[in-house]
Amino acid sequence: MADAEAPEEAGSPNEPAPGPERHAGALVTWSHGQEVLHPTRETYVETARVLKEDEGFGMCSDVTAVDYLQRPLRDLPPDVTPERFEVVANLLAMDPPRRIRLRVQVAEADPCVDSLWHLYPGVEAAEREVFDLFGVRFDGHPDLTRILMPEDWEGHPLRKDYAIGRIPVQFKAAPPTR
Amino acid sequence: MTSIDQTHTPEQTQTPGQTPADDTQPDETQPVETWTGAAETSEGSQELALRGETEPMALLLERGAVLRLPEGVAMDPGDVDYETSEDETMIINLGPQHPSTHGVLRLMVELDGETVLRTKPVIGYLHTGMEKTAEDLMFVQGGTNVTRMDYLSPFANECVFSMAVEKLLDIEVPERAVWIRMLMLELNRISSHLLFLASNGLDMGATSMMMYGWRERELLLAFFERVTGLRMNHNYIRPGGVAADLPDDWQSDIGDILDVLPGRLDEFDALFTNQPIWRQRSEGVGIITQEQALALSTTGPILRSTGVAWDLRADMPYLAYDQVAFDVITGTVGDVFDRYAIRLNEVRESMRIVHQILEKLPKGDYRIQDAKITPPPRSRIDESMEALIHHFKLFTEGFQVPAGEVYVAIESPRGEVGCYLVSDGGSKPYRMHFRAPSFYNLQTLPVMMHGGLIADAIACISSVDPVLGDVDR
Repeated sequence: MADAEAPEEAGSPNEPAPGPERHAGALVTWSHGQEVLHPTRETYVETARVLKEDEGFGMCSDVTAVDYLQRPLRDLPPDVTPERFEVVANLLAMDPPRRIRLRVQVAEADPCVDSLWHLYPGVEAAEREVFDLFGVRFDGHPDLTRILMPEDWEGHPLRKDYAIGRIPVQFKAAPPTR
Repeated sequence: MTSIDQTHTPEQTQTPGQTPADDTQPDETQPVETWTGAAETSEGSQELALRGETEPMALLLERGAVLRLPEGVAMDPGDVDYETSEDETMIINLGPQHPSTHGVLRLMVELDGETVLRTKPVIGYLHTGMEKTAEDLMFVQGGTNVTRMDYLSPFANECVFSMAVEKLLDIEVPERAVWIRMLMLELNRISSHLLFLASNGLDMGATSMMMYGWRERELLLAFFERVTGLRMNHNYIRPGGVAADLPDDWQSDIGDILDVLPGRLDEFDALFTNQPIWRQRSEGVGIITQEQALALSTTGPILRSTGVAWDLRADMPYLAYDQVAFDVITGTVGDVFDRYAIRLNEVRESMRIVHQILEKLPKGDYRIQDAKITPPPRSRIDESMEALIHHFKLFTEGFQVPAGEVYVAIESPRGEVGCYLVSDGGSKPYRMHFRAPSFYNLQTLPVMMHGGLIADAIACISSVDPVLGDVDR
């Protein structure tokens, strides 16, 4: 993990030396030995680009999201404002093998982040899934449609305020039983 | 039907009392712009859109071209040139009910005669909201849920879930449990690959292979049943270890399997690998390059078929994979034949690992002796009130897992299966997400199938070996 520790201080020249740990312009926390970066919505794609092009994180193995509606407090660096949604991207480098995780805070009022699709085309389906199940939109995604739920479904089921068991199963044009 | 696009790009609506700031509002007499592709192709926006309505980048992606573009190169829609104009092609459905789509996979393909130009997988027909269900199940119960996702490699799902929970709990499982897990994972890899060989044969016209593959897989399922009580959906690997120790004469059972299989694999070699018809049918078909596979987040045999020796067992060892010797099988061409050959030889490598496990499996406990996580033994419940209370509380309230989030990934027969687990300190996951290998691998289909024949498309689908339970979750 030697090169993973190398800070990229280009974005913050007036940061004091013993300040919070930064990597690729994003604040760093460690979760059970796994490195987690906390870029802002604006720096999310740039951080991923630096990681991909300069540090060899050539594959985005997963993109998902978490709805922190019921649990606003969580393990974040002090400078990061918690928001309702968090988009989580897991990047993978193969040589040497290591993983890194990006966690982006996404406000409920404007649930929208830039898409990683132009960097990692493999996130196409994953970002569609996040949009489908959480209603978080991805700017720059070529085909942001529902992927798992039917096209005419209302609501985003993995949101915490989406009631389970109350909405009847929707069959398209289901005829009355009698 | 309302297009979903309308919900996330809200139109500018005029409030009645408001006066327009300028006169450049849209002409009222003009017909409202609607999504015309729906009428042409079928019914909705998830489906394959007409070429004119697809983003040029997405069109190029299907041809694999965009994956090697340097940063900042502008895409010209005119770059996407097809020899046939759109009114000479047709868009048809393969599936969701189709004998060779492995479940309820639906592919919309644009055909020029018999040549596939564009493909779009339409999924979700098996979506049952298992990630939502997981939020209502305790960590003790979680295994029953995740084992049903990729139902052909249930142990891999159980194992990655258990490892994520254990990482949050910060506990180490006993050595014996680690090795039992490895044993079951490798046997599961064999059974999954045997089913691949069976269905791959069937899809490509070698129907006798269907019976052979299922027959061999049955040996392994019988062993799973002896160990776990169930042929599938075992919930055998649990947080803290495994559910039960191996049965008394398990070595002889495994010995029987290991005696029978090598000869059968040689028969498969004779039936497939050395057979000119099979080779012509599969060689050079459905090629995917290294760059494309990496960019599309492909893992498992598909990635290895392009020559990337990437196997989490070897590269990021978990359990005790660093203590066993095995080779990572790679291909060179990235075609259907490579993907077949890799899986066939991975069966041999897994057998090699199982031989080593037979020798090295340590004695000891099969689950962690931590009263917070492990229920007391059955015999104690009869004699101790505390044990009974303890058992009751563990299965009604579950155990609490410290707050935190973690991502754990292992190598399933299909590639990297990952579990992203968020706990809020309670006895249920706050969020559980599975990185399903089939879900990502499915994205390679448009690239593989472009320019090939429909018959080759079937070979491609089969060689991806998708499990739709895993795709849709």
